[in-house]
Amino acid sequence: MDTMTTILQPDHATIPGVSKPVKSRAARRVHGLSDRAIAWLFVAPTIALLLAINIFPLIWMIRLSFTNLNLSMSYLPLRFVGLDNFRDILTDEDVWFRLQTTAQFVISSVALQVVIGFGLALLINRQFRGHSFWTTIILLPMMLSPAVVGNFWTLLLQPQIGPFNYLISLLTGVPPSSFSMTGQVSLAPWTIVLVDTWMWAPYVMLICLAGLRSIPDYIYEAAEVDRASAWRQFWSITLPMTVPFLMLAVLFRAIENFKMFDMVNLLTSGGPGSTTELVSISLKRAAFEKWRTGYSSALAIILFVTVFGAANIYVKTLNKVKQR
Amino acid sequence: MTAAATKSVLTKSTAHSIVEASPRTKAFAGGLVILYAVITILPLLWIVATAFKSQSDAIAYPPKVIFEPTLEGYVNLFTVRTRQTPDFIAKLPPPETWYDKLVRKRDMVIAGPSKVVPRFVNSLIIGFGSTFLAVFLGTLAAYAFSRFRIPLADDLLFFILSTRMMPPVAVAIPIYLMYRQLNLTDTRLGMILLYTAVNVSLAVWLLKGFIDEIPREYEEAALVDGYTRLQALRKVVLPQAVTGIAATAIFCLIFSWNEYAFAVLLTSGEAQTMPPFIPFIIGEGGQDWPAVAAATTLFVVPIVMFTVLLRKHLLRGITFGAVRK
Repeated sequence: MDTMTTILQPDHATIPGVSKPVKSRAARRVHGLSDRAIAWLFVAPTIALLLAINIFPLIWMIRLSFTNLNLSMSYLPLRFVGLDNFRDILTDEDVWFRLQTTAQFVISSVALQVVIGFGLALLINRQFRGHSFWTTIILLPMMLSPAVVGNFWTLLLQPQIGPFNYLISLLTGVPPSSFSMTGQVSLAPWTIVLVDTWMWAPYVMLICLAGLRSIPDYIYEAAEVDRASAWRQFWSITLPMTVPFLMLAVLFRAIENFKMFDMVNLLTSGGPGSTTELVSISLKRAAFEKWRTGYSSALAIILFVTVFGAANIYVKTLNKVKQR
Repeated sequence: MTAAATKSVLTKSTAHSIVEASPRTKAFAGGLVILYAVITILPLLWIVATAFKSQSDAIAYPPKVIFEPTLEGYVNLFTVRTRQTPDFIAKLPPPETWYDKLVRKRDMVIAGPSKVVPRFVNSLIIGFGSTFLAVFLGTLAAYAFSRFRIPLADDLLFFILSTRMMPPVAVAIPIYLMYRQLNLTDTRLGMILLYTAVNVSLAVWLLKGFIDEIPREYEEAALVDGYTRLQALRKVVLPQAVTGIAATAIFCLIFSWNEYAFAVLLTSGEAQTMPPFIPFIIGEGGQDWPAVAAATTLFVVPIVMFTVLLRKHLLRGITFGAVRK
C-alpha cells in the first residue's frame, strides 16, 4: 500500500498520518462523482418509483375521498362532499361489524399461531436428529400463494367429497356431509382461522426459534447452578428473552391479517352471507363491484392510517430486536 | 454451598442441561414435530395426488386414497375440449397422440390449447421483470444507505418499508384510476412497475443488511488503490454481496409469483398471471379439480425448490432483515 500511496500522492506521502484521508478523498474526486452525488443518484430512482406508484396515487385518493365519485355512474357531476364519506363510514353499523369480524379473525388466528409456533420452536430447539429436514417441511405452507392455498382448501373442505370432513367423521363419527366448514355460519369464521394458522404458524415458529437460539447457554448453566427448576427456567429465562422476537412476529402477523384479502376471498369470499367478510373484502366490494370510489377511498384511508400506526410500532420493535 | 455440592451440581448440569437435551426428551420432541410436519404436508400431498386422478375419482365419496393414476388432469389443463357424439368420434381418423386418445375415451375431442401457457408466461415475465428492476434499484439504494450519510436516512427507510405494509386492495383503488388514464390497465408493464414498487422496499431492507455485513475496509483499500466508488462497488462489494442479492431476488420473485390481489383487480386477460387464473379452470359442471390440482402442482413446485434453496436466509427475508440468525 505504501508504494501505491507514493505513486498517487507523492507530495503528501511523506507526511505520515495525514497522507491517508487526503489522498483517498482527492483520488475519489479526480476519478468520478463525489460520494454525495452518488448517494443521491443511488437513492433517487427508488424514491421516485415509490412516489409515482405509491404516494401520488395516495394523494389522489385522499382527494377522491372527499367526493361522491361513483365509477358505475360517472355521468353524475363530480361533487365535493366534504367529510360526508367519512361520516357515512364511521356511523355505518355494517362497517363496524366488518371491523369486528376482522378483529376477531386477527386475534384468534394470531393467538393460535403464537401458541403453535412457539410450541414448535421449543420442540425443534431440542435439536433432535433430522430437525432441519422436518423444519423445512413445516415451513412450506407459508411460502405458497395465499390465493392458491385458499382455492385448494375449498376442495379439501368440501362436505361430501373432501378429505377433511371424511377424516373428522372417521375420528368422531359425525357424518361427513352433516357439516360444511366453509358454508356454515357457525364454522366459517373458524375455517379461515384454521387455514391461516396452517399457513402462518411456521412464520411464528421460525422467528421464535431465532429468539431461542439468541439466548446464551451460560444463562441456563447459571440457572442450573442455582438449582432453578425447568419450569422456573422457562418463565424466568426462556420466555422473557424470546418476547421481543415474539412481539415482532405478532405485530407482523397482525398487520398482515388485518389486510387479509386473497386467501379468504378464495376460500369463502366473505360468506356465508357476510360472516367472514373481512374489511378488505368489504373494501373490494365497495370499490370494484359497487364502484363507489369516493366512499371506498375514504374507507381505504381509514385502513391506511390504522396500518401506518401499526407499522410504526413494528419498526420500533424491529429496531429493538436488531440491537440484541 | 460446599465445593463438593457445587461440583455435583455442575456435573449434573452438563448431563441434563436445557441446551443438550436428554435422548428421551429429544425423541419426544422429535416425534411431536414430525407428527405436525406430516399433518401439515398432507393437504399438499392430497393436491399433488388429485392432479393424477380422473374427474370421477377426484369427486368420489368416500375420498379415494388409492386410485388408478391418469394424466387427464394435466391434459385438461393444457387443452380446450368439446364434447362429441360417439358416432362422430368413431368416424374420426385414429388418434395421433396419447393425449388425443385419452380425451376421446371421454367422448371429447381437443379443440385447441387452453390459456394456461400464456398465463404462465405472464407470471414469468412479470415475475422476472419486476424482480430484476427491484433488485437493481434496491442494490443501489441499499449501498447508498449502508455506506453514505444520507440526511433523514431512518425516516426514508421507514417510508420505504411502510409502502409495503399498505393493504393491496386499498392501494389498487387509485392505481386502477391512474392506470386507466395511462393505458396501463391489464398490461405487463403496468404489473411489472407495480410489483417493482412493492418489492423494492423489501430489496432495500434486505440488501442493506447484507451490505452492512461486508467490511468497509475492503472498499477503502480499493479506493486507496485508485478505484472510483463505482469501480469499488462493482469489483469489490457486489461480488461479496452475491449470495445476499440472489436470496433477495428469490424473495422478490416469490412475492410476484404468488401475488393475487393486484392481479385480480388490475388484470382481466392480457396480463393475467397464474394465481387469479387457477381458480377459474372450469370443466363441465364446475371446477375441473384434477386440472386445478395439476395447475397448482406446477405452480407450487418452483416455490418448494426455492424454499429449500433459501432455507438459510428465510428468517431474514420474512422479517425484512431484522432477524438474522
